[in-house]
Amino acid sequence: MTDQPLQYVRTEMLEAKAPPSFQIGPLRWARENLFSGWLNSLLTLVSLYVILTLLAGVAPWFGHTVWNAGSLSECRKIIHSDFGPNADGACFAVIHERWNQLLYGFYPVEGYWRANLALVGMLLAIAPILFSQVPRKLLWLSALYPFLGFWLIWGGSLWFPISALLGFVVGGIAFRLMVEKSTVLAAAAGFVVAWLWWFFAAGPVDEGLSAVLPIALESVQSRDVGGFLLSIIIGISGITLSLPLGVLLALGRQSNMFFIRTVSVGFIEFIRGVPLITLLFTASLLLNYFLPPGTNFDLILRVVIMVTLFAAAYMAEVIRGGLAALPRGQYEAADALGLDYWMAQRLIIMPQALKISIPGIVNTFIGLFKDTTLVVFIGLLDPIGFINAIRATSDWNGIYWELYIFVGALFFVFCYGMSKYSMYLERKLQTDHH
Amino acid sequence: MKKSVILGMAGAACLAAGMATAGTLDEVKQRGELNCGVTTGLAGFAAPDANGVWQGFDVDYCRAVAAAVLGDPTKVKFVPTTGQTRFTALASGEVDMLARNTTWTFSRDVDLKFTFVAINYYDGQGFMVPKALGVSSAKELDGATVCIQTGTTTELNLADYFKANNMKYDPVPIETNAEGQQQFLAGACDVYTTDRSGLAATRATFAKPDDYVVLPEVISKEPLGPLVRQGDDQWADVVRWVANSLVEAEDLGITSANIEELSKGTNNPEINRILGTDGGLGKMLGLDDAWAKRAIAANGNYGEIFAANLGESTPIGLARGLNALWTHGGLQYSPPFR
Repeated sequence: MTDQPLQYVRTEMLEAKAPPSFQIGPLRWARENLFSGWLNSLLTLVSLYVILTLLAGVAPWFGHTVWNAGSLSECRKIIHSDFGPNADGACFAVIHERWNQLLYGFYPVEGYWRANLALVGMLLAIAPILFSQVPRKLLWLSALYPFLGFWLIWGGSLWFPISALLGFVVGGIAFRLMVEKSTVLAAAAGFVVAWLWWFFAAGPVDEGLSAVLPIALESVQSRDVGGFLLSIIIGISGITLSLPLGVLLALGRQSNMFFIRTVSVGFIEFIRGVPLITLLFTASLLLNYFLPPGTNFDLILRVVIMVTLFAAAYMAEVIRGGLAALPRGQYEAADALGLDYWMAQRLIIMPQALKISIPGIVNTFIGLFKDTTLVVFIGLLDPIGFINAIRATSDWNGIYWELYIFVGALFFVFCYGMSKYSMYLERKLQTDHH
Repeated sequence: MKKSVILGMAGAACLAAGMATAGTLDEVKQRGELNCGVTTGLAGFAAPDANGVWQGFDVDYCRAVAAAVLGDPTKVKFVPTTGQTRFTALASGEVDMLARNTTWTFSRDVDLKFTFVAINYYDGQGFMVPKALGVSSAKELDGATVCIQTGTTTELNLADYFKANNMKYDPVPIETNAEGQQQFLAGACDVYTTDRSGLAATRATFAKPDDYVVLPEVISKEPLGPLVRQGDDQWADVVRWVANSLVEAEDLGITSANIEELSKGTNNPEINRILGTDGGLGKMLGLDDAWAKRAIAANGNYGEIFAANLGESTPIGLARGLNALWTHGGLQYSPPFR
């Protein structure tokens, strides 16, 4: 009886009917998002009009792009012969012709591979720091990279960066030997030993090894480093150096020790109260008067130091914000576990404080990278500097948008990359459950 | 204690700086390279080409000095300087000379302690207007909007000129020449004013240069020339007489084409003296006898340098005007070589 199908009940399901055409796909999306009321419809139409007018103005300009020409007048001639006498067009030929200059500055052509290799090395070196999936062994490359990168870009004897590196090694050994007794004492010992090495031993070691085994690249002067290479050198060194310095300053500002706190506060407030351009002028002009003539205190190095100090002061405040956001209980928990100051910072406080500060930190990084263009005011030829220089040649005088669009686009790629990475990092480190 | 160390170091540095400026000529010879300050880029005067080689009117002066002193016009390190950094770069010894279209003024010469050794370009401020405006003289510009670079002497000259002629104007402040070009082309101002060489260079870059005219009035004096630090007269003499030799060469008809021929000896004693065939002049400068020959051979005489970088065959297309030789109604004049 129960097996008997009921006569009035369907045995199979009805085919699902297609929804009405205005309820699916782009039509529905448009109806819900663009034309949901008369006000929104009006706004949509106005916006459409604005976008189309802009496109109508800009699209032909991009459409008439010329990629191969030796000068602006030649470019205009090509545009006029191809698209009519009144046509207007983009002349990206200038990028094509000055591509190398915008990227490398006056770096010797036969040395481009060195700059490229340094860039690839840099990507490899920062990969293990940025992504935990990358094999940990690459961290060795990260530690060695500053010396390798310096040698690749500036050339000279290989033993110079190596003898500088050895200073860190002997300092590290001294630290290791003393760390059993006291961390502070060990840090001081490591510091002193490293400086002693750099002042007295590094020079002879460099010369001795160069005499025995001369391995050297042709040396390149700092004046020849320019274009995006310069921006990246200043930006990356500033970024990598300012973060640790900023952490130390933030901790110093919260310290109970009067001297350290005063120095930190004074430094931070002084640097934040002075415009970056002033610091750059100090680096390039004022130091020239104080240093004995003939001292080869590299201009790029001076700029990197100033940019680093500047960014570090901002970084310190960003990280202080992160520290302030940590509940008091975290500090007390660390104390209750019997951790000393540095262990507590390393294991409990900093991981949390830095996580909180990520958006602020990346914000500072992006600002720093864009601020590198200010070096144009002290006569260094970064991409913006080269725009002026290129526009001053008789071939390209009068060109404008193309160069700025290109430089703007390159900067955008870098800054957008940084911002995307910070979002990825925030998602990855998210441990709270909503 | 710490303070005294820093002060001591600074003092030692200043002392050393004072000593080192004693002999720029010897320093350059020893270094084997001339450090020459140029602009970061100005049409016709200095700019790097596609191969990174600096070209221009000022650049050729650096090369001429390097050729005279070091025997090789390529042994120059060009140091790009901005309007703000140029004087410090020279004063601190970072560069040996400035060839950076710098106007010779009283305060720069006297107060900033520099020595202007020559005037290689007589410039002056002018006006450019669209032809459609129908203006043929600056006196008709009453009530015009003017694009003007802020913080320059041109701004002050403009105010003086309009005040003296009882006219009014509306300034449109701009920051750089590049911005000025765009604003002027977009019609944000009726008049664009800057040095006349700059106006000519700017006009040459327009898509339709014939639609614009440079008005005949010159409202200021802008004598441009190379300069060195004050107090090193030997070095100043070297740069001065290299500059003079280029003008004198044009006067005497010595060109880069015939210089080899003429240096074998001519019956004109002046040519023989300048080219070192009749020796003696070089030694007085602390150089060898062929110094001026090398300087002239590097880029040609003054006229050739002008023609190659600024003259009528270049896109900038400047006429010689005030920069013609004195024998042709201009101001370029060299004291005699004897």
